[in-house]
Amino acid sequence: MKIIETKNVVKRFNGVHAVDQLSIGIEKGLISGIIGPNGSGKTTLVNLLSGILQMDSGVIIIDGKKNKRLLPHHISSFGITRTFQNIRLFEQMTVLDNILVVITDRNVFKSLFEKYSTHRHTIAEEILKKVGLWEKRDQLAVNLSYGQRKLLEIGRTLATKAEVYLFDEPFAGLFPEMRKIVSNILLELQKKNKTVRWTPLSRQL
Amino acid sequence: MVIGYAGLLSVTHAAFYGIGAYTTAIFLTKSNIGFFSSLILGIAIAVVISLLIGIILSKFKGDYYALGTFGFNAIIFAIFLNWQNMTRGSLGIPGISRPELFDIDFENNLNFLILAVILLILIYFSSRFVINSSFGRVLKAIREDETAIAVFGYNTLYFKLLIFIISAAMAAVAGSLYASYITFIDPSSFQLTESMFILTIIILGGLANLRGSILGALFLILLPEILRFVGFPSDIEAQMRQMVYGIVLIILMLYRPQGFIGEYKL
Repeated sequence: MKIIETKNVVKRFNGVHAVDQLSIGIEKGLISGIIGPNGSGKTTLVNLLSGILQMDSGVIIIDGKKNKRLLPHHISSFGITRTFQNIRLFEQMTVLDNILVVITDRNVFKSLFEKYSTHRHTIAEEILKKVGLWEKRDQLAVNLSYGQRKLLEIGRTLATKAEVYLFDEPFAGLFPEMRKIVSNILLELQKKNKTVRWTPLSRQL
Repeated sequence: MVIGYAGLLSVTHAAFYGIGAYTTAIFLTKSNIGFFSSLILGIAIAVVISLLIGIILSKFKGDYYALGTFGFNAIIFAIFLNWQNMTRGSLGIPGISRPELFDIDFENNLNFLILAVILLILIYFSSRFVINSSFGRVLKAIREDETAIAVFGYNTLYFKLLIFIISAAMAAVAGSLYASYITFIDPSSFQLTESMFILTIIILGGLANLRGSILGALFLILLPEILRFVGFPSDIEAQMRQMVYGIVLIILMLYRPQGFIGEYKL
């Protein structure tokens, strides 16, 4: 079964056809990859699927529902989450807050009256231990090393309990040990019947 | 909260400060409702106007947000200046009475100070409530990367709007107190320079730190009093004040962008 499908999706940047009449399907419960050289439009596709860029034409079908226009804050309700190729953490916030902030109430008024909760703290602890950053929880994200930042960003997606994970270059620039942690996370997600889509420059899972 | 936590560079709060002041001034001089009712009305009007303006402003980010707030302050100032039969324009509104509550004499400045401090404490603790909530954490995330937090399902527009409204309401409280304390207001107190002054207080004291804002206010309010002892002629002194604020802001940006005790660098 296809969890995400694109039909004739087009995205142009001033005449550059970054994504041209693309129709693909992403199978549920599989780890699949999009491979291509630099500048071939992999990140553009992820940006389109996560609503950061708006497509010029075409349709994105998520779980059977057709969408002509996706906005960033819609995609988490479809159970989609993502990482960014250029790592976008909340720099001047602690490592722990970087995780907590994605698991609190989405409603603006409810979040105003929501205080510290041990339940959410436990989730954050579990995830930070998995990516090996629990000891660094009180540090600002800006002070982490490149690899740690990448792991924190992946951890942030795990916290959301999404169904579909779009990873943009999850292995780029990582040491072999860190690569192993990331591979294990991806394989573990697959065991839980989650869908993972990643955009590598080469295959190495 | 708007600047330090949500990272929205607002230079419009003198407008809401003015709305609070004018509401109190108009109601205390033209009707016989008391100070505290006029305070509540001032807050209500500031909330409604900030809601309308905020809906537009919240679509902006970064520099565009600052420019939008800049424009709005200019508009409100023009209204204060030109809505003659309501605000008496540049003549200002004199004869605003001090608050009346039970038998406390608010003509006495000490009693007025106590009232102001009580309101400050209330504002401080409500601000603390806001920033310690999950809402406050999302605000910080908006400051750091608005697109990234949106991807996690937060409609950032609502978050930016709500904090803008909360801060406008707080500015209106300050305005009401000011009008009643000085007993005379005119539009010149609510110009863009006043917003810049508020901005300087926040940056000097420390971004994303509530105690920093109080520290910054104390420092910048008391600083001109120290200058007074230097003995400049009174007409130069007023200009000196503006200059000092400007210089303080420049030095801060160069050497300590997070202010005295701030937790966030611009």
